[in-house]
Amino acid sequence: MAIHLEGRARLVGDDVNTEYIIASSRKRESLDAGVLRDYLLEAVDPTFAGSVRPGDLLVAGRNFGCGSAMEVAATVILAAGIPAVLAASFARTFYRNAVNNALVPVQCDTSAIREGDQLSVDLDARGATVRNTTTGLATSAIALPPIMLDILQAGGVVPYVKQHGRFRV
Amino acid sequence: MTGGKTISEKILSATSGCDARAGDVVVCTVDRVIGTDASSPMAIDYFERMGGTHLFDPSRVAFALDHYAPPSTARTAGFHDRTRAFARQHGAVLHDVGEGISHQIAIERGEVLPGELVIGADSHTVMCGALNLFATGVGSSDLAAAMITGQIWLRVPESIRVVLVGDRPPGLSAKDMALALVGEVGAEGANYHALEFQGPSLPALPFDDRLVFSSLAVEMGAKASIFPTDRVMSAYLAGRAATAGTPVSSDPGARYAREIIVDLSTLSPRVALPHSPDHVVPLEQAVGTPVQMVFIGTCTGGRVGDFHEVLEVLRRAGGRLAPGVQLVVTPASREVYLRLIDDGTLRQLAAMGAIITTPGCGACCGTSGVIPGDGMTVMSTANRNFKARMGNATAAIYLASPASCAMAAARGVIALPTHPS
Repeated sequence: MAIHLEGRARLVGDDVNTEYIIASSRKRESLDAGVLRDYLLEAVDPTFAGSVRPGDLLVAGRNFGCGSAMEVAATVILAAGIPAVLAASFARTFYRNAVNNALVPVQCDTSAIREGDQLSVDLDARGATVRNTTTGLATSAIALPPIMLDILQAGGVVPYVKQHGRFRV
Repeated sequence: MTGGKTISEKILSATSGCDARAGDVVVCTVDRVIGTDASSPMAIDYFERMGGTHLFDPSRVAFALDHYAPPSTARTAGFHDRTRAFARQHGAVLHDVGEGISHQIAIERGEVLPGELVIGADSHTVMCGALNLFATGVGSSDLAAAMITGQIWLRVPESIRVVLVGDRPPGLSAKDMALALVGEVGAEGANYHALEFQGPSLPALPFDDRLVFSSLAVEMGAKASIFPTDRVMSAYLAGRAATAGTPVSSDPGARYAREIIVDLSTLSPRVALPHSPDHVVPLEQAVGTPVQMVFIGTCTGGRVGDFHEVLEVLRRAGGRLAPGVQLVVTPASREVYLRLIDDGTLRQLAAMGAIITTPGCGACCGTSGVIPGDGMTVMSTANRNFKARMGNATAAIYLASPASCAMAAARGVIALPTHPS
């Protein structure tokens, strides 16, 4: 099964930690990603959440999702209508949490992508290709390990465990 | 493939039943699954959505109520009630409010043992690696899947060998040494890697100091942070655990991605400047910075020796807090709390004006405890200083040793701690 996504690039920088994606202190109010999405990336840019359109693609630099392992950091991005994060690299806990919730993580060179560029992403077992339809540039992405692709294609770890009852590699 | 194995490769081989080598993806049996009040409400949701009906082994699943300890909103009190009810229904181990930080309790009570595979839905679970085991942080969904299946899939990490050499200068804290390492390696420098500590300086490194290194390892992105088994570790474990576990050593021919040699004799006090734990400079460079709040606590700086260091520095600096400085003290666990009550440390700190709060994560991530006011500068023994980490985006957080934090509390500005010659 192949995954195809198209959307507008929304840029953030390097080392965006999970606290910046959603502040721990906000979790005292709610764990509902539908509520928390109003505070998405507020420490980076308080106007960010209000300017997200469903289908936007988050584009980051290195080490996206470092810090706490809190899973709302992945679910809040999905709740904002963002189906994928493209980053030069991901922190390992965020990478797992993303796949487990069927938020697509794409590890690729993001340095030539600019705010608002129109992107198209194609991902399958062999890897992924990111085409920047604004600039005409294309870049290839690192392939997910087969088990992660299986989980992503199942629709996340919930349907995966329901289907298989256990993990298989 | 043949050849020697790292500690990580050995533990992941033993728990997967495969000849696990760096780069392989394996499905492992977990020995311990640890949730917190910050991660278990979501984990229970995932558990139910996955169709979970029972825990794979209730005696191997523990929940600690540490992040919202005590709850300051009805909402967070609800997280606790839900977790308590789930633990009761399924027979899981519950560590209630006031018992302390999940991974500190696990270590203190011998709930995790050498050679084991431990997963915790708290990134600082890596701290448990000081006990010669593979411990890693996961999210709520991986936790839920492990609660049901007793399994986790893992990519076997390459290991970085961290060799500690040289004698540490008098008065230098584990936090100074560990911050120096974080500064050198960087926030991403150990991503997807396990750290394996070795070297001639290890026998003189107290167990609690190892916990500081292994806790801070995740600020370099490390997946695990493992110390070898030795007499220091065995002495800590004695009387805490029913058995000695299965200690694991690396093979002589084990392959490492990288080697980092840390000469302790060359180190001096360090501070991590706002807003990243790897933004580490010698403490001198921050001297004179006005401080309004000092926080002593967390899994990096909230154990008995840390508070003794704080009391000693405060005493030598005049025995009082500088005007306008709030000192917040949070023991990492009830065991630490009781020892500090018994030896009079907390009485003396309280008499100086310290605020003593419930054992747990405290003010570390703005979920409970004291939240800094607008524009405040905080000196903290914690492990993270991201903007808004403590619940106020306008506060600036500096990370340093207990002694350096105590000196800031006594002077009202960042100052070099003195130590008895």
